[in-house]
Amino acid sequence: MNSIEVLSRKIESLADGLPPTTIMEVCGTHTHAIRRYGVRQLLPKQVRLVSGPGCPVCVTAQEDVARALALARLPNVTLFCFGDMMRVPCGTASLSSLRADGADVRICVSPMDAFEFAREHPLREVVWFGVGFETTTPHTAALIEAGIRSGVKNLSILCAHKTMPNALRALLGGETRVDALLCPGHVAAITGADAFAFLPEEYGISAAISGFEPEELLLAIFALLKMQASGTPKLVNAYPRVVNPAGNPAARSLVETYFEPCDALWRGLGEISSSGLSLRPAFAKWDAGARFSMEPVAAVPASGCRCGDVLRGRIEPNECALFGQACTPEQPLGACMVSSEGACAAYYQYEGAGI
Amino acid sequence: MKDCITLAHGSGGKAYRELVERVFAPAFQNEYLAPLTDAAVCPGSGRIALTTDGYVVTPLFFPGGDIGRLAVSGTVNDLAVSGAIPRYLTVGMVLETGLPVETLQRVVRSMADTAAEAGVQIVTGDTKVVEAGGCSGIYLTTAGVGLFPEGMEIPPQRPEAGDAIVTSGRIGSHGMAVMAARHSLAFDPAIESDVRPMARAVRAVLDAGCIVRAMRDPTRGGVAGTLSEWAGTRLDITLEEEALPVRADVRDACAILGIDPLYVANEGVVLFSLPAKDAERAVAALRTQTGCEQAAVIGRVSDGRGSVFAKTRIGTFRRILPPSGEQLPRIC
Repeated sequence: MNSIEVLSRKIESLADGLPPTTIMEVCGTHTHAIRRYGVRQLLPKQVRLVSGPGCPVCVTAQEDVARALALARLPNVTLFCFGDMMRVPCGTASLSSLRADGADVRICVSPMDAFEFAREHPLREVVWFGVGFETTTPHTAALIEAGIRSGVKNLSILCAHKTMPNALRALLGGETRVDALLCPGHVAAITGADAFAFLPEEYGISAAISGFEPEELLLAIFALLKMQASGTPKLVNAYPRVVNPAGNPAARSLVETYFEPCDALWRGLGEISSSGLSLRPAFAKWDAGARFSMEPVAAVPASGCRCGDVLRGRIEPNECALFGQACTPEQPLGACMVSSEGACAAYYQYEGAGI
Repeated sequence: MKDCITLAHGSGGKAYRELVERVFAPAFQNEYLAPLTDAAVCPGSGRIALTTDGYVVTPLFFPGGDIGRLAVSGTVNDLAVSGAIPRYLTVGMVLETGLPVETLQRVVRSMADTAAEAGVQIVTGDTKVVEAGGCSGIYLTTAGVGLFPEGMEIPPQRPEAGDAIVTSGRIGSHGMAVMAARHSLAFDPAIESDVRPMARAVRAVLDAGCIVRAMRDPTRGGVAGTLSEWAGTRLDITLEEEALPVRADVRDACAILGIDPLYVANEGVVLFSLPAKDAERAVAALRTQTGCEQAAVIGRVSDGRGSVFAKTRIGTFRRILPPSGEQLPRIC
């Protein structure tokens, strides 16, 4: 018997004696891996997995996408972004459609590409559209640091970075009912495992930090069910080969040098206090919002789109009336259908046929 | 003065003739091209296969290949998977002013080398020059003619339930090589494209006496695209994910960028659908060919409703949808 079979059997016998248990994952890479490996197919009926606000593309507020589009429309601007931001719809446009119409929008894997480009093209205004959680913010901080050291003048940041803990507080303090949380392994590698200790302490919820291989996911789910069975919610680090209690202090200190907490808008969750990051006043000149004196942009999601309910784990993607009909990976109406980490896209991609 | 392409090279006058005599004729030399007449006159009889394709890849040179090797291989492979023996190619070039002649020479030499490797001759061509910004260096269009041996049964290009799916080699290399080069991803050593003419490999399978129901080179859209089309509306195809040969560096790059190798373009891979009893013979024949050492049976065809599935390494199943849109690197 291989480790997958062993774990599946242990989970099955453990779940047998338990009431229905809902486990939420709050990391896009978990969402993707769970769908990619069909992990649900190995779980008993009583164990339900739901996706939370873990996909950075999905939780980026429509208003921030609208600001990126407004910047990309400026003739002198080259906007750099992660690949899966390209197709997020905003009204009738997206960064991808603007690029097709001639806007200079470029995909990069590392924000440093924006720095190199800015140095090589001093007459262009280069903007980095920074999105993502604790894992991607250090890269944006490193970009600013490189900019400061080199004296480059034509680089700025459209900052939509977010932090996970307060979003989880907002979620769990609201109407979302989950029994246990799968905590994001990559985020915890930066924050340290201890950053998630508040989950059992403040909310009485079992939490397990998980890796991304199917064995690791099953192991974390097993740990969660064991705590459910014993009635003693705790935080378990089920990804010790990567995550330690203190995390990565160097990355955190880099972020703290340039950023401070701010209230942030989340798609589907609204404004959450201290859940975002903005540039410290001393570095305000790196802020694209200030440099281009942008007004706040109002933006409304597509009518009927239930990404917000999906992100709060209130419905499964296929319970949205648009799912697979008006909203598909080819023609996404909601952000969750865009990134392969989005709950809707992952659902559509791997389980749409109902295996 | 730098030796670069100018508008004069596209004028059909003296500069153009010089370019032909200096760059094209020596590289492509063969008896059908030599007269430099308006049309090449070549021998052949019976049914022919005819195809054409345009090539606009950037960068022009990427690890493992270049636009010239790509333009010859792509058209040769389209002919080969029809079952024909590729014989003659034409090439149309759009050149940007300012392109160093040395760059053009490198591309042309690469085309000539690839043609020799594939056993085809480049028999005629055309050159146009556009102003700077009108194209990115070089655009190529190749057309090709292939001949069917007399009495040969042409593959119906229709898979059937009970078939096995065979890949000639490891998948995903070309698309990841180009994407890594385009995004300046510093893999060391660099990921190399698999671009190569597959005519001889296809011939090896046919000559081994295998009944081939369908053959395709899974370029854009990758293996997922080809299999989705083959499944159509009445068949299901189930892949064994663990049997899929993928180079370790390609697998790693895909994982980093959040891309599924099944959707990545190939330029030196052929997929076969053939009766299960012939599958191992096809694999053995392929493995004697350069670039096909990892040929493998990767899946099976059954009656169904047009779905493609992959059996994962943990024994679960996932759906493989037809490709949609551009493959974009994921956030993290």
